[in-house]
Amino acid sequence: MDYFANDLTSLHDLLVKKEISVTELTKETLAAIKEREQKVAAFLSVDEQGALKQAAELDQKGIDADNILAGIPLGIKDNIVTKGLTTTAASKILENFNPIYDAAVIEKLKAAQTITIGKTNLDEFAMGGSTENSAFKTTKNAWDQTKVPGGSSGGSAAAVAAGEVVASLGSDTGGSIRQPASFNGIVGVKPTYGRVSRYGLIAFASSLDQIGPFTRNVKDNAQLLNAISGADPRDFTSSKHEVPDFAQGIAAGVKGMRIAVPKEYLGEGIAADVKKAIKDAISVFEKLGATVDEVSLPHSKYGVPVYYIIASSEASSNLQRFDGIRYGHRAQEVKNLEDVYVKSRSEGFGDEVKRRIMLGTFSLSAGTYDAFFKKAAQVRTLICQDFAQVFAKYDLILGPTTPTTAFGIGEDIKDPVTMYMNDILTIPVNLAGLPGMSLPAGYSKGLPIGLQLIANQFDEKTMYRAGYAFEQETDFHKQVPMIGGQN
Amino acid sequence: MNFETTIGLEVHIEMKTASKAFSPAPVNYGAEPNTNTNVVDWAFPGVLPTINKRALEFGMRAALALHCDVTRDIHFDRKNYFYPDNPKAYQITQAQTPIGRHGWLEIEVDGKKKKIGIEEMHVEEDAGKNTHNPDGYSYVDLNRQGTPLIEIVSKPDISSADEAYAYLTRLRQIIQFTGISDVKMEEGSMRADVNVSVRPIGAAELGTRTEMKNLNSFEHVRKGAHYESRRQQRVLMAGGKIRQETRRFDEPSGETILMRVKEGASDYRYFPEPDLPPIHISDEWVQEVKASIPEMPDMRRKRYVDDWGLPEYDANVLTQTKEMSDFFEETVAQGAEPKLAGNWLMGDVNAYLNANQIGLLETKLTPEHLATMIKLIQDATISSKIAKKVFKEIVANDSDPKAWVEKKGLVQLSDPAVLQPIIDDVLQNNEKSIEDFKNGKDRAIGFLVGQIMKQTRGKANPKVVNQLLLASLKKL
Amino acid sequence: MAISEDKVAHVAGLAKLTFSKEELQKFTGQMDEIINMVQQLSDVDTTGVEVTTHVTDAVDTMREDKAVKGMDRELLMKNVPDHQDGFIKVPAIIDESEGA
Repeated sequence: MDYFANDLTSLHDLLVKKEISVTELTKETLAAIKEREQKVAAFLSVDEQGALKQAAELDQKGIDADNILAGIPLGIKDNIVTKGLTTTAASKILENFNPIYDAAVIEKLKAAQTITIGKTNLDEFAMGGSTENSAFKTTKNAWDQTKVPGGSSGGSAAAVAAGEVVASLGSDTGGSIRQPASFNGIVGVKPTYGRVSRYGLIAFASSLDQIGPFTRNVKDNAQLLNAISGADPRDFTSSKHEVPDFAQGIAAGVKGMRIAVPKEYLGEGIAADVKKAIKDAISVFEKLGATVDEVSLPHSKYGVPVYYIIASSEASSNLQRFDGIRYGHRAQEVKNLEDVYVKSRSEGFGDEVKRRIMLGTFSLSAGTYDAFFKKAAQVRTLICQDFAQVFAKYDLILGPTTPTTAFGIGEDIKDPVTMYMNDILTIPVNLAGLPGMSLPAGYSKGLPIGLQLIANQFDEKTMYRAGYAFEQETDFHKQVPMIGGQN
Repeated sequence: MNFETTIGLEVHIEMKTASKAFSPAPVNYGAEPNTNTNVVDWAFPGVLPTINKRALEFGMRAALALHCDVTRDIHFDRKNYFYPDNPKAYQITQAQTPIGRHGWLEIEVDGKKKKIGIEEMHVEEDAGKNTHNPDGYSYVDLNRQGTPLIEIVSKPDISSADEAYAYLTRLRQIIQFTGISDVKMEEGSMRADVNVSVRPIGAAELGTRTEMKNLNSFEHVRKGAHYESRRQQRVLMAGGKIRQETRRFDEPSGETILMRVKEGASDYRYFPEPDLPPIHISDEWVQEVKASIPEMPDMRRKRYVDDWGLPEYDANVLTQTKEMSDFFEETVAQGAEPKLAGNWLMGDVNAYLNANQIGLLETKLTPEHLATMIKLIQDATISSKIAKKVFKEIVANDSDPKAWVEKKGLVQLSDPAVLQPIIDDVLQNNEKSIEDFKNGKDRAIGFLVGQIMKQTRGKANPKVVNQLLLASLKKL
Repeated sequence: MAISEDKVAHVAGLAKLTFSKEELQKFTGQMDEIINMVQQLSDVDTTGVEVTTHVTDAVDTMREDKAVKGMDRELLMKNVPDHQDGFIKVPAIIDESEGA
């Protein structure tokens, strides 16, 4: 199946008209994965047997013409638990972990009759921006295999960008969907905090994590988000806010839409070619009838330190359950309980995870809490207020997703602070719980540039409408990497 | 040098909800290991906590019953520490916004009443159970993990071991009456951490304190606190220093034994639980919970005295436990005269319970049967003596007293037409006693009544027998 | 604020992690850098500013007290490295006198 030439709508048509069976689609998907994995290494595991079994059942049952997702193979980030299917969070500590329940999104996708074709690579426990922190493999950028795919959802992004699947799920704590979407020239959405249940998402930072879809176009993305949204009684942070049809009215255009561009998002540290692409995008929106003004988010520059304290603090606590007792890696050479804890954890976690656990533990410890955790939680309030002020007057915020295009594998990782700064444009969105989207807006030296759209809480529809309008007016999303069978 | 003792108590009480505090698994004592658990209790990757509304309500009940201010805007906090019975490696508790603050309860020691302050109380979760075996391994059962607890922290107002004992007794009584817990010590559903310090009388600062953890016997708390106070005084008198340490009460020796010295405060890295959004407790909700609290012992005691005319002492005994008080009230509601009902419960019923070492609800006795029996006494259907027989039956065999009395032919003989011939017969056969009576020996009457009772196998109504006998003797 | 290797070792103890001497040096350096970055926050005046610890609109959510049967123990035990007779088995702590 050529996923570059098809979207959800066209695939659905083929399935409904029986021009292709689910089994055939699944087999072709498995073949594409087999071929392209050699280049991108996006998957940690592929469930060939399970997928084919599910496909056969669906063929037996027939495809529901009203269910756009029926029979569609998807990639799932490997920090989302799948019953009976090894889930590792790309960590040695969970190397052989076999979940005994399905995440809420997996239940929803099963109800929507999608097929989980495999689990995608990530930075260990979703900590990182390059997928180089995976304990198992290094995923490559679909456009240039010497570059990183971004992260932490690098596997999910690369799998879609390389045409291995038409869509996938990732998770976004500080940009982990939007940044890899930007680096891979696809569409990635982090929904409003609370829009999608986190039940079954292996927690990194509970107050920031959110699951969201990767697709090659905006409408597909809206349709996939439809399937996974909604309140869940098992996740008290999930919202009871009404879930609209995100795809309905998507083509209504942006005439009269008020768009804000924070001056901090086009300031120092943003590469010239990225700046130019964003300015071109602004012109496109203006041409389509939107008004675009410059605004200020004065506290956004503190987003990175605030994020590193809050995310690491929550993570340090969330990751304490990995203690070698009930599941996961237990060290062999142990004399007592303390050994079980210290050795299992020290052997099982990678450096980046340890770094964040250490920072978080430090931030929460007696004598440090007020200056670190509490201070960060206060500045977080100011960041939220900045956004609230802008959204009192504007429908949408626009800027780049990342300061640069994808960097080289091994290039940045030695300097954690530089690495952290790459998240500066995406982090504030998580801190404020807002929905954000990255979509292709240009290319520089053959690498994609991402445009970020940020909407007010629960206003994903405006974001999708704007993204769709931009996509219709441009052809960046039609460009495909030189990979696999098309050349 | 003279010293004064300061004792602080942190009491943990398991609340009897149907499901756990943060997961829907059942709360159930004594089940097979790890059978009342789910993925949340096990802290599987990806799971999230969900707060049980009733656990909060029960916490509010306890707070209100102990005269606390209910905190209106609450959230939960994580207390981080590693232990095998603590699967998340954090306990969800309320560090920053305790459900209740600034309460008190009243104790009485040696006839003196004293108010003991409650600093604060938290709704939190219990840990699982970790059993150490001599084989060098611990065995973990997570059934108890997540059971809702209310932690009640006293102010350091307690100044003797006897006051500590009185505080715990009173606290158990109040909590039991709120209906949020059975407060069964033997099942560990009430446990106390005891902090003891001493200081020279008049000193401004409290002395360094030592701690005994998880005591589940009031007697151990009393003995431990007493020993610890004396030990500390001895150390100080000898010029020594008290170290901040955790000690253990050793039952056989009655002493406390050092477990470990604390090096600085433990660092639990408390922070707000991000998985549970904050909760506002409205006025309406507080009122609703207030209305749901059963009547407290003080109120019941007052009612028994004022409305039912019971002596203060009886009212006090009958309100010691909710079981007894509820049983008493139900017995009265079924038509028993309150004073008689009280006497039976304090007398024969208590004696039976003590002799058999069981609780009231473990007997076959029901308030309905007890009331029926008392009514049979009231209307003279049976004598008090026969009643003792009836009681033995209904406490052990769940028989209806009325039916049993009839079946066994124990109905009291009060009909003069039936009794007079028996009296005549006895008089005929005991001329010596008649002689004695005439000579003014009153005890002859007792002998004659005894003979009549013997003839009737105890069924004769003593009052009627007395009347008829006296009349017959006078006629002679 | 410079963080010492001792402090890093102490934090590692709380987090149940252990580092070799070289790792400890490396981590101390990196933590120092991160902490310096974080120090920017002291520039912000947060007098009277509330903390934000939750960003969901879902407040006052509670679960009714209905028990759901416990899960199958065999299933729960599936990933346990060591278990016996329905218990999870772990090497005992040895520094506590209350054991056994």
